[in-house]
Amino acid sequence: MSDRPAPTTTLDTKFFWDGLAADRLLIQRCSGCAALRHPPRPMCPHCNSLAWQPIEACGRGYVHSFVQPRHPAWPWFEDGYIVALIDLEEGIRLVSNLCGVAPAEVTIGMPVEAFIERFDNGVSLHQFRPRREPAAGTR
Amino acid sequence: MSRSLRNRAAIAGIGQTEFSQASGRSELQLACEAVNAALDDAGLLPSAVDGLITFTMDSSEEVEVARNLGIPTLAVFARVPYGGGAACGAVMQAAMAVATGVANVVVCYRAFNERSGMRFGGTSMAGATALPAWLDVVAPFGLLTPAAWVALHARRYMHEYGVTNENFGRIAVVDRRHAATNPAAWFYERPITLEDHQRSRWIVEPVLRLLDCCQEIDGGVALVVTPPERARDLRQRPALIAAAAQGATADSEMMTSYYRDDITGLPEMGLVAKKLWAESGLTPADIQTAFLYDHFTPFVLVQLEELGFCARGEAKDFATIENLSLGGRLPINTSGGLLGEAYIHGMNGIAEAVRQIRGTSCNQVAHVEHVLVTAGTGVPTSGLILAQPV
Repeated sequence: MSDRPAPTTTLDTKFFWDGLAADRLLIQRCSGCAALRHPPRPMCPHCNSLAWQPIEACGRGYVHSFVQPRHPAWPWFEDGYIVALIDLEEGIRLVSNLCGVAPAEVTIGMPVEAFIERFDNGVSLHQFRPRREPAAGTR
Repeated sequence: MSRSLRNRAAIAGIGQTEFSQASGRSELQLACEAVNAALDDAGLLPSAVDGLITFTMDSSEEVEVARNLGIPTLAVFARVPYGGGAACGAVMQAAMAVATGVANVVVCYRAFNERSGMRFGGTSMAGATALPAWLDVVAPFGLLTPAAWVALHARRYMHEYGVTNENFGRIAVVDRRHAATNPAAWFYERPITLEDHQRSRWIVEPVLRLLDCCQEIDGGVALVVTPPERARDLRQRPALIAAAAQGATADSEMMTSYYRDDITGLPEMGLVAKKLWAESGLTPADIQTAFLYDHFTPFVLVQLEELGFCARGEAKDFATIENLSLGGRLPINTSGGLLGEAYIHGMNGIAEAVRQIRGTSCNQVAHVEHVLVTAGTGVPTSGLILAQPV
């Protein structure tokens, strides 16, 4: 295991990181118009409501883009780590990492599922791994 | 009176320091040297200056620059945000000031020790125990450098349009070819081939190799903006500002606008383009040469599409080494660009555009009427069209 850079929280984003610390991946849902939004922010751009509730993400998603940062090296990451943009089924996009898969096996559009990992320095983050989609006719 | 900015301001002077990896001087001194050089180029004394505009990221305070130059009073002082996206925006703000009579002589400047001081590329953060707050939701996942931020956009662009890293490499080859004949360029007399590019190591795989990324550089550039009538009486042939625009669009972030349906485009640049063409009354066919912001090669291709030089997804065919080199269809970055000359946050691109209007570039394009310049990409940005004096 390893450490991760700790996120910097604000009054607007604290719920999100607190959620991860409690093993929950949360999305803001506007109380006015029910639109979902991410990254966390105070106002709904559709109806300008300041009221919202956190809902728990289903965790199912697809790879929208992915890269392997190679340089510079960081103390927090092993060489070859994968950073990805994940489209959640709810319609929200997240920055995350792909784990448990060789980079050559990753494709854009690949189905993935979320899990939450607690790192040595106490930082909890959402991570993604490949998801086996049920075969046609069995879902 | 016209309600538009078209031809209501001109760039009358340009100045710069040398571009190096260790200036050995303070950023404030670099700023003062660049401003002084630009005024000298225009044939103006510091006492004529009544406005100073720079980037929010610049460390040299307007009043400190004024104190050093002996500028007695300032009627305008302002700062433009979003890193390199500010470059043409600073000139737009200066043009607005002189066009409205709020000021008469406004100097825009940007100077930093980006190589010997704080390096944007992230290597100076590698030993850090705490990360800056603005890295917020990307840093914990290892998205820690401008190269990595850009690469997630470009990876998807490659996927959508069948673009390869070799397509990006052509931009680097063009820039380095132009830098090779510019004595002021960091990479003077050091051209590269596409093979050199393909052999350079990955910075972010499979998008950016070393030679796709501009280098941090120490240096400063300044530009003097005046009304056209004033510029006409000064030392140099003025570069008229035929159009100037800033642009931010829905869900804009600083380098990480990942939350739009389509992340392959640069809508901020699309907006700037629309405004530039409308204000100038010109089309891409009227541009003889362009300075397209090239901190990383992929966004040069996307800019060609957003600006209308080719259709969406067709930049990989348009952006050949021949088309973009001196003598080609649209020579770009004739000073060597940020990749080959220096990374002065786009301000050196504006200076090169002025030289193209004057006819004094090291890689002079024939019969230049209009030059397009863009500012930083992947951020809220800006652009200019410069023209021959009427």
